[in-house]
Amino acid sequence: MMTLVLNRLIISVPVLFGVLLLGFGLLILVPGDPAIVMAGPMATPEVVAAIRTEMGLDEPVLTQFFRYLGRMAEGDLGRSLISNKTVISELGAAIGPTTELMVACLIWSIPLGIALGTLAAVWRGSITDRAIMAFSVAGVSLPIFFICLMLIHFVGVQWRLLPFIGRGGPLWTIDGLRHIALPALSLGLIFIGPVARMTRSSVLEVLRLDHVRTARAKGLSETRVILRHGLRNALIPVVTLVGLQAGYLLGGAVVTESIFSYPGIGRLAVGAILSSDFPLAQGAILILALAFILINLIVDVLYALLDPRVQTS
Amino acid sequence: MKMEEVDIGTTTEPLLKVEDLAVEFHVSGTVQRALQGVSLTLQRGRTLGLVGESGCGKSVTSLSIMRLLPQPPGHYAGGRIVLEGRDLLSMPERDMRVLRGGRIGMIFQEPMTSLNPVYTCGEQIVESLTVHSGLSSKAAMDRAVELLDLVGLPSPKERAHDYPHQLSGGQRQRVMIALALANDPDLLIADEPTTALDVTIQAQILDLMTDLRERTGAAVLLVTHDLGVVAQTCDDVVVMYAGGVVEQAPTKALFADPQHPYTIGLMAAVPRIDTTVDRLSTIAGSVPPPWVKIDGCRFASRCPLADDRCRSAVPPLREIGPDHAVACWRAPIEETTV
Repeated sequence: MMTLVLNRLIISVPVLFGVLLLGFGLLILVPGDPAIVMAGPMATPEVVAAIRTEMGLDEPVLTQFFRYLGRMAEGDLGRSLISNKTVISELGAAIGPTTELMVACLIWSIPLGIALGTLAAVWRGSITDRAIMAFSVAGVSLPIFFICLMLIHFVGVQWRLLPFIGRGGPLWTIDGLRHIALPALSLGLIFIGPVARMTRSSVLEVLRLDHVRTARAKGLSETRVILRHGLRNALIPVVTLVGLQAGYLLGGAVVTESIFSYPGIGRLAVGAILSSDFPLAQGAILILALAFILINLIVDVLYALLDPRVQTS
Repeated sequence: MKMEEVDIGTTTEPLLKVEDLAVEFHVSGTVQRALQGVSLTLQRGRTLGLVGESGCGKSVTSLSIMRLLPQPPGHYAGGRIVLEGRDLLSMPERDMRVLRGGRIGMIFQEPMTSLNPVYTCGEQIVESLTVHSGLSSKAAMDRAVELLDLVGLPSPKERAHDYPHQLSGGQRQRVMIALALANDPDLLIADEPTTALDVTIQAQILDLMTDLRERTGAAVLLVTHDLGVVAQTCDDVVVMYAGGVVEQAPTKALFADPQHPYTIGLMAAVPRIDTTVDRLSTIAGSVPPPWVKIDGCRFASRCPLADDRCRSAVPPLREIGPDHAVACWRAPIEETTV
């Protein structure tokens, strides 16, 4: 198991390098001069030039890139051009809320998706199955921003059931839970559909296999057959799917956080890009990429835990 | 052996009696008769071979005894399956679960796919033990290791912690046998247990099964299409054709004096090592498909002896010798006439 984790970590290194390269590329490729942004609209050309020299923007691209890599290696992500706070501290403040949002989203949507998919498989062809699949299709096809807006409109504004702006505090407080409910609900809704569909087809496939017949021949109850010998094996592709969906989840978080003014990495990234705050945007992208790598690492470990054939091969 | 423990009064009662079993498959509006009036009797401590070609209903019969036929599309259309006086077909599912893996153990054809890949071999045996005998998981694991030892796996303690993919086909089939024997079943159903294995492993597994039957006293229903396997291991044989039983006899009697034209044809089709022939003997024609309704004998269209009565009335299974029954109007038949 340790070898597996180590292997995956080593594979992550080139990915991380790619992310750094792209993050740096942002600075070079996109329109907008960081020196001008930093100097402000009223600055004279001399001031801008001075800032440019100070930031090293007049040096060759390759030199800039290596200097950038060096700073990254030291953990120095620079300062935000707008707030002048260090990027690390800005990200540090935003990473907690985003993690909370992810947890709050996944903790209900994955079990519910798996449960719905299993029920649909067991009652294949029934009304329940069709209802669950229709719900999943809706979840997959509705754009996340639409779900967010509908929830805000009905739950937040018309029925006044839950707050829909900002964060109410840590997840373990009542106010924190109330504030995170709508963002977590919208984000989770796009997740349930794919998970439920994948679980359904996977369970159906597994229940047809020979070893399930063996399980029945052992005299196990149908529930036990479905859970221990059907679902347990069917989870392997579901976990893979969850890993693939993690990208959508992070993307969805950007939209969700922006719409609900939730102070997470996603909103930070959008804000930084819109205001040409390059160091902050680079930092946010780096963090999102790290999150993606981390999620995939967890998925790989889960995969090995679920399927003993992976560990030994 | 368990046979000796049974009261005198019940020894004559067979362990398993299948009477006139009919099974249909309802597939997209059509009814396919997979079994039509299958009857067979299995005595305690004996091995009964169930032979016939692919699609004749051997596996459907064995799955029906376990009541593991998927329903739908499967449907029990009639008959009884009596295990020690109790009809399995009318038994509540809950009671049936106690029998499955408890009184009746089953071994399947495909050792490569019949074990769950995500649990160790030990865990899979332990599950059966804890469900049926309520052993603690520690005691069950000890018993599982014992069972793996019993079926001849080397270093059973280590093997118990192996996953199925770490074992060879023959080893997996041994694990399957250990699993089927876990709760000391009275009846062991083996559905083509050696078909997927290569010849030397086949012989080992058959020897193992014969040995275990002698040690545990379980009756064995051995489903196979291989007459060699039958000759080697079975006390009695039931020959099936197109969803029905055509002949039942003690193995020796069947091989010495087959009475149904189909059985005679099958015997003739087995190549012999001591004679050289250019072309193997075959039975002309093909098996009628299960959706065709046939009034008379199902073998009539391929039978060299068929007459009008054969084509119009179903021949009943009737005794023509000691324990030798045949479903043929023309029996007894002199071998030379076919």
